[in-house]
Amino acid sequence: MSKPSSGQHVLLSIVARLGHQVNDALQRLGFATRFFIMLLACSGQSFRRLNLTIREIYFSGFQSLLIIMVSGLFIGMVLGMQGYETLQRYGSADALGVLVALSLVRELGPVVAALLFASRAGSSITAEIGLMKATEQLTAMDMMAVNPIARVVAPRFWGGVISMPLLAALFSATGVFGGYLIGVVFIGVDEGAFWSQMQASVDFRYDVWSGIVKSFVFGVAVSLIAVFEGYDAVPTAEGVSSSIKGTVVKSALAILALDFVLTSFMFRET
Amino acid sequence: MSRKLLDLWVGFFVALGLASVLFLALKVGNLSSANFAESYLLTAKFVNIGGLKVRAPVKSAGVVVGRVAEVHFDPETYEAVVTFSIDGRYRFPKDTFALILTAGLLGEQYIGLDPGGDEKMLKAGDVIAKTQSAVVLEKLISQFMFNKASE
Repeated sequence: MSKPSSGQHVLLSIVARLGHQVNDALQRLGFATRFFIMLLACSGQSFRRLNLTIREIYFSGFQSLLIIMVSGLFIGMVLGMQGYETLQRYGSADALGVLVALSLVRELGPVVAALLFASRAGSSITAEIGLMKATEQLTAMDMMAVNPIARVVAPRFWGGVISMPLLAALFSATGVFGGYLIGVVFIGVDEGAFWSQMQASVDFRYDVWSGIVKSFVFGVAVSLIAVFEGYDAVPTAEGVSSSIKGTVVKSALAILALDFVLTSFMFRET
Repeated sequence: MSRKLLDLWVGFFVALGLASVLFLALKVGNLSSANFAESYLLTAKFVNIGGLKVRAPVKSAGVVVGRVAEVHFDPETYEAVVTFSIDGRYRFPKDTFALILTAGLLGEQYIGLDPGGDEKMLKAGDVIAKTQSAVVLEKLISQFMFNKASE
């Protein structure tokens, strides 16, 4: 084989770099899948000490209450104002309740709550686990025959999965209240029409239930990304910080992409 | 933080979450009003259903008594076959008239039931014989034009 010229050499190194990146990504994906299976397998063990999971529900669920409720209220109020502005042009301001409730229950509630949850709770979970890894606490646990996945990872994962649907429902409920506040109390849309039209068009199984299912799926995705990024962090200060960034970015992308897939399955016109 | 206080706050959080699910189900959604405990299916054939969709309301005297369950096309008679479920509390006579109506000028379409005077009642799975199709605007206009032209 003749010696490659410099042009060929550059081309080969670009192809090699591409191959390296694809290999790397596949390896990480495989590791993440094995990690998820391991996490599910260790869940029974961690549920035997339920107070660990309850602690995590406190940290990721209860402590996110304020941000979720305040954001929900403001989003509902903005929807009320903007919706009224558009609807009154067509003389159908009475349908304001429908607009606010449907957009919150179907889309905004689960999606925005999950985005807030990823940046509020997901990032702190990643930071905590990543730092534990960097200071070799996870290794120390392993040495003492304590499974770090059952002791540290699984409670945080399940805490997130349980908190997420509750937070999304709270977000939607405060949002509807915000829409009511602006629409009925400040602008003066008829209160009876607001609630009755809302109840006539929002179906429990079709709209509310699919919103809850959505938020459950987002909860699994965000919690898994958060614990995996922390567990897989490079154990340095720089590695932990890049893992936290990874959690927020990947969670946001996963939420939006999953939302598209779920919506296209759930709300197909028959 | 002590275990007791932790339990208290988590319990508070979970209760608040469940309360908002309940609020969404009962106050925002229609779980309370449209929860037909027992319902039965009726079928009606229409020449044209216009824009009628699945889950459109079925009303009698303006009150919602059911929902459209299924719409499909009959390839033999070239008609639309609409199946709808009716709240089990209500019975309608055999000669009930089914019409496709529009709520307001641009509103959604729904099925209106006009009860007849027959003593026999419709049973589950029965087919309503007398129907009136949706009003198609183009047909209405062309009819009007022909009438004007023949004058």
